[in-house]
Amino acid sequence: MNSLSSQVAIVGLGATEFSKDSGRTEIRLATEAVLAALADAGIDPAEVDGLCTYSVDNNPEREVFRQIGGKELKFFARTPEGGGAACAPFLHGMMAIATGVANVVVVYRAMNERSWYRFGAGMQGKEADPFFETTNFGYYIPHGLVSPASWVAMSAQRYMHEFGATSEDLGRIAVAARDFAATNPKAFFYGKPITLEDHQNSRWIAEPLRLLDCCQESDGAVAMVLVSREYAKKLKQTPVFLKAAAQGTYEDQQMMTSYYRGSITGLPEAGLVARQLWQMSGLSPKDVQTAVIYDHFTPFVLPQLEEYGFAGRGEAKYFIREGRHARGGDLPINTHGGQLGEAYIHGMNGVAEAVRQVRGDAVNQVKGVKNALVTAGTGVPTSGLIVGQD
Amino acid sequence: MSEQHSDWMAEARALIGHEYGRIYAWDAVNQPMIRQWCEALGVSNPLYLDGERARARFGAHVAPPTMLQAWVLAGIKGEFPAGSATDNPYQVLQIIERNGYASVVAVNSEQEYFRYLREGDRLSFTSQIESVSEEKTTGLGTGFFVTQLLNFFDQDDNKVGQMRFRLFKFRPAAVREKPALPARPQPGISDENRFFWDGLKAKKLLIQRCSACGTLRNPPGPACPSCHSMASDHVEASGKGTIYSYSVVHHPALPGLPQPNPVGLIELEEGVRLVAGLVGVATDNIRIGAPVALEFLDCANDLVLPVFRPLGGAA
Repeated sequence: MNSLSSQVAIVGLGATEFSKDSGRTEIRLATEAVLAALADAGIDPAEVDGLCTYSVDNNPEREVFRQIGGKELKFFARTPEGGGAACAPFLHGMMAIATGVANVVVVYRAMNERSWYRFGAGMQGKEADPFFETTNFGYYIPHGLVSPASWVAMSAQRYMHEFGATSEDLGRIAVAARDFAATNPKAFFYGKPITLEDHQNSRWIAEPLRLLDCCQESDGAVAMVLVSREYAKKLKQTPVFLKAAAQGTYEDQQMMTSYYRGSITGLPEAGLVARQLWQMSGLSPKDVQTAVIYDHFTPFVLPQLEEYGFAGRGEAKYFIREGRHARGGDLPINTHGGQLGEAYIHGMNGVAEAVRQVRGDAVNQVKGVKNALVTAGTGVPTSGLIVGQD
Repeated sequence: MSEQHSDWMAEARALIGHEYGRIYAWDAVNQPMIRQWCEALGVSNPLYLDGERARARFGAHVAPPTMLQAWVLAGIKGEFPAGSATDNPYQVLQIIERNGYASVVAVNSEQEYFRYLREGDRLSFTSQIESVSEEKTTGLGTGFFVTQLLNFFDQDDNKVGQMRFRLFKFRPAAVREKPALPARPQPGISDENRFFWDGLKAKKLLIQRCSACGTLRNPPGPACPSCHSMASDHVEASGKGTIYSYSVVHHPALPGLPQPNPVGLIELEEGVRLVAGLVGVATDNIRIGAPVALEFLDCANDLVLPVFRPLGGAA
């Protein structure tokens, strides 16, 4: 166990509603969520001295800080790689608090991803400049491989070819997520479960991905408040301890196009995160009762289950076929409905669900949750965390 | 003229020499219009712009001779002054058009001037069809050269100039258009990877090679991850490979791309992989492991892409 483990706790949780059109600015969404999280924690916004978010978030720390009436901001850090960042701001917050750099760190993600722009449209109309990212996209976009779904598809096809996973297996992931969403009033797909047949009948996006293998595009914001173990004892909420958090980038890593590794069926960057999480927390896969497995697209749920140690290499399909991930299974995943069913807030809503599961007030509460695992965006440099009771 | 033209062409030819008009000028020849015309066309000859010089020589302001037709053009609404004739000088063209020669192009115009036009001259003109050629075929198509003769008169009915205006009234040749090249999203090109894109333009697929240790790598980059040398050259790929993975992309549908669009992750026999479009295969018949051969796809904006065609059916 690492000295960082459980030194910092999540003591406040705030979110806006999730929608396809928030009807307000992203900076307002961010401010609403941050203020709600601080209110949930019972902390005066003037105490905030750290803010962490994703590099792709459009809301500057300085402006969020201004809006909440902040006084002295001593720590702010961003993490690149889109949804791969999801758990990294918690690692950064942990380190800042544990080292005394900051006392109250708020992590936030706010976006009008559906109403203002759409990641699903992919890389279109990009100017052909010589910057690295543009030259790198140049090996994909002229061939029409412009969208995240298409980048994932290339890896997924090979995974399915090598291990015999099927489109139905992907469908079982989507069906379970939509089942949880159906009973989550905050989910966009509340009351709208799907069947495996619905999944199989949904149109192709980028084979082998069908429409129902892809997460939604959403507007919304989520924020959480981090403080030290000592400070947490004085607050009204039962603290949810950060038992571990980690980041990972692995050999020959690209942004969703790591097609040049010896094998492209695994997610070794996720494996790297997993090893750190288990090491830092002193826990093992059998010690978590529920997990939020990043589900921007269903296919990468399978190798994540393998990388985090819930299934052997290539065997996640059995885990899924046995329904172990679904309601009533021994490791229910994405109990909020996931990004397939609740909303796509770039993984931050998944961290929120893990916090609720540990607090014991999740809408689809799993019995006896002591620890919950959260993973972040896949196919990219990624991150993960484990939250739990003391 | 071929026989099948004879009836209507005889009708057209009967109109040759018929006089149409007369049409009057809206304005007398005047200095403001001369100045504006010279300014618009960049004419700086003081003869037209310096009234004293023209008066000394001609006793009046004079107009550039090439303004001849400008004085008698219709107004902005296509109308001529009261008293102008309203007959139709283009009957011949309409007859030809009715018989299948819908297109028209102006061929040339010749003007002759009999005296300088002076300030105050009031012009008018008449016109006639002077000739209709035999049927001719040019690069544009097949049809008839029609020559119109316009005669210009002053207020005393003296002829001051004339103009021959020649048209080609034709049926367009069947145009064999080259199919437009597909417009693909453009890659970013830097000093690091220019060789790759230039190689494709020369119909070569080039693989970067470390100059120090010989390791091949794709996509290109500045350093060799194996030995850290920054020196590199490249080798030409044989073009043989296999499908390592693939996707058939349906959404988003983009202009210039097949719909749906099969894209492969190709493992070249040299051992490196690259992403490229798949051609010549049904989208439901793509197989991982299938051997493929390199081809080149010419795209718009001077872009050439590698594409791969599966060989001899499924693997």
